[in-house]
Amino acid sequence: MMNKTAQNFVKGIIKENPVLVLVLGTCPTLATSTSVINALGMGAAATVVLLCSNIVISALRKVIPDKVRIPCYIVLIAGFVTMVQMLVKAFAPELDKALGIYLPLIVVNCIILGRAEMFANKNNVFDSAIDALGMGVGFTLALFCMATIREVFGNGTFAGIPIPILADNHISILTMAPGGFFVFGLLIAAVNKFGKYKPKKKDFGCEGCPQADSCGKTSCEKDGKEAAVND
Amino acid sequence: MTKFIVILLSAVFINNYVLSRFLGICPFLGVSKKLDSATGMSLAVIFVMLMATAATYPIQKFLLDPNGLGYLQTIVFILVIAALVQLVEIVLKRYVPSLHKSLGVYLPLITTNCAVLGVTILNIDEGYNFAEAMVNSLGSGLGFFLAMVMFSGVRSTIEGSDIPESFKGLPVTLTAAAITSLSFLGFSGVIENLFPM
Repeated sequence: MMNKTAQNFVKGIIKENPVLVLVLGTCPTLATSTSVINALGMGAAATVVLLCSNIVISALRKVIPDKVRIPCYIVLIAGFVTMVQMLVKAFAPELDKALGIYLPLIVVNCIILGRAEMFANKNNVFDSAIDALGMGVGFTLALFCMATIREVFGNGTFAGIPIPILADNHISILTMAPGGFFVFGLLIAAVNKFGKYKPKKKDFGCEGCPQADSCGKTSCEKDGKEAAVND
Repeated sequence: MTKFIVILLSAVFINNYVLSRFLGICPFLGVSKKLDSATGMSLAVIFVMLMATAATYPIQKFLLDPNGLGYLQTIVFILVIAALVQLVEIVLKRYVPSLHKSLGVYLPLITTNCAVLGVTILNIDEGYNFAEAMVNSLGSGLGFFLAMVMFSGVRSTIEGSDIPESFKGLPVTLTAAAITSLSFLGFSGVIENLFPM
């Protein structure tokens, strides 16, 4: 039992890291990883929403009719996002300003909808909570890694503290939009190279797509018609 | 009039949704492999962005704000967008089957696209009036279209090239996106110089 719980927790951090392995939630990853503080704030906010939504969805999994489950999940998630938004606004107004539009956009973060669809509606409350924590920590860690690289080399600071030599020789392109794409690409390449996991054949799998069930395809590239994974 | 042009151009080039605001990255990476699917997806996005703004802006101004319900913005907007997309799909299927055939597959996927929710919320945050909000949505959609079409061209070149094993798939795509995004940095400052305020 203990072993299974630990496994549930750890898989979100390494083996099924939502950002670097499953490649979900790319928008907030790229946008909020310009500084370590923002990244940690975003990670914490998303983790709280993920935890709450996973617990509630798993508790209601026998009540919610199968056909309307996606709208139900979205309403629940939007409710929790609004709560987090109000809390951040009240207690950390600076973080609210820094995250801006990306805070309400946690609603459409596919990590949260994806975990609800893939895990919470099939497992009990305890397992879902552990899964949410693991995924949340994995998301935060990935954001933290990316933000560290971008802030240390791009801005010459770490969490706002200047670093001696780098502060005078920073590569400011890294904190701008192109740097985000580039560092993200390098990190995924590093995971492919040094991880034990083979590079995925396709760019996006259906495992993370909330519409996978209703779509009925096994891959998004059949019939020459590709379909996007939601964001 | 100048103001509309400024909003439109800055939404397309400077604050490009995909390449500088990082909204709608998933469809950008997922559907940009072929030109025709990239075009179809972008047209659907433009369409839904305009519809969503036309629907959510009056709701915010005439329903939520006067009643002090501004905090319900996120919940109301995502529900309105989801319902709207469903409605549009049903109407198109019934009355304009040809358009439904070309946009249909992409419509349900846009419901939870963060660019659409993002543009509706940003229109409110920026304090635009209704006409400006519509122009901004059109510009954002066109910006998405431009990024998608440009990037599908870049990707078709990547497909045939020799790439290191660990860079295959997503990493090389992201690196290419970085360079595409770099090209858009060249537009910064252009609008201010063209239309000094």
